[in-house]
Amino acid sequence: MTDITSSFSALEKRLLNDFQHDLPLSATPYADIALQLGVSENEVLNTVRKLQDAGVISRIGPVFTPNRIGVSTLAAMSIPAQELECTARIISAFPEVNHNYERDHEFNLWFVVTASSEEHLEIVLHEIEQHAGYPLMSLPMLEDYFIDLGFKLQWA
Amino acid sequence: MEPNKLLAQLTAEDRALIRIVQHGLPLVSRPYADIAERLSTTEQDVIRRLQKLINNGAIKRYGVVVRHRELGYRANGMVVWNIPDDSVSRLGSCIGKLSCVTLSYRRPRRLPDWPYNLFTMVHGRNRAEVRQKVGEIIESCGLQNIDHTILFSTRRFKQRGASYTPPENTNRPAGTIRLETAAGTDS
Repeated sequence: MTDITSSFSALEKRLLNDFQHDLPLSATPYADIALQLGVSENEVLNTVRKLQDAGVISRIGPVFTPNRIGVSTLAAMSIPAQELECTARIISAFPEVNHNYERDHEFNLWFVVTASSEEHLEIVLHEIEQHAGYPLMSLPMLEDYFIDLGFKLQWA
Repeated sequence: MEPNKLLAQLTAEDRALIRIVQHGLPLVSRPYADIAERLSTTEQDVIRRLQKLINNGAIKRYGVVVRHRELGYRANGMVVWNIPDDSVSRLGSCIGKLSCVTLSYRRPRRLPDWPYNLFTMVHGRNRAEVRQKVGEIIESCGLQNIDHTILFSTRRFKQRGASYTPPENTNRPAGTIRLETAAGTDS
């Protein structure tokens, strides 16, 4: 397998790794990053754009704490293999579903459902069950033990 | 703060701001001025509101959000553990501090189908690397006697940031905010 990380420039690596948390809330964040990296603001903006186009940067900005400004749950379903793709498509079509993965387990479809309130979440979960035609196991987060400092990249 | 208390405290202005920034900051020299213009407010007001959301814990992390798979971390293992209730906080915190882990959540068991109460996410370049990291987690946190299983993802049907559905296009409750939270960090 080609290791994409080995093709990154020094500037790209630092942009990917060094600014995943505590980005200062100044009026000119990209100029601040540029100053730290000893390059121009335009170089920072262009490089971020390039990394975004390549899909390696999703975005720059906030990651919200689960269940603070909306409610969400992790849902799982057990679906016969031949029905999986079709059912997954039905579920992905719900705007409340933002992640939907097949996993190698008896519960083979796992997705995150996010809503604005408990009531809204219940309605959506019910609708998903109705449309998918399979029972859903809802596993809301009860406690969060994760200290999110971003994803430490190990350069090859 | 209790979940949902914060939700009730959010003003319409906060919600409008969240709706914009959840997709990321604009890539312009003064991103907050750009957002302020769209919200008919000032750059300073936008920054102040975001600082408040960071201070009160609504925002967990602020910075570059990367995509693991596109970075070559193609294997993603959801590692689930069946931990006695009286040690789940301690062990969940131990796992949540390890650098190879990107999530550590307690969730309910659903017996008899689902006995696991702790969910952690581990990324690796391949499955062998994920298994090796799980071995390191077991070693570091003393989980040798804890039942666990790894659910590798085999297909990604949907992965996207938050979106916002205009209420007029839906019969669902209005004011729906959908967010990409840490629970759904690109995985």
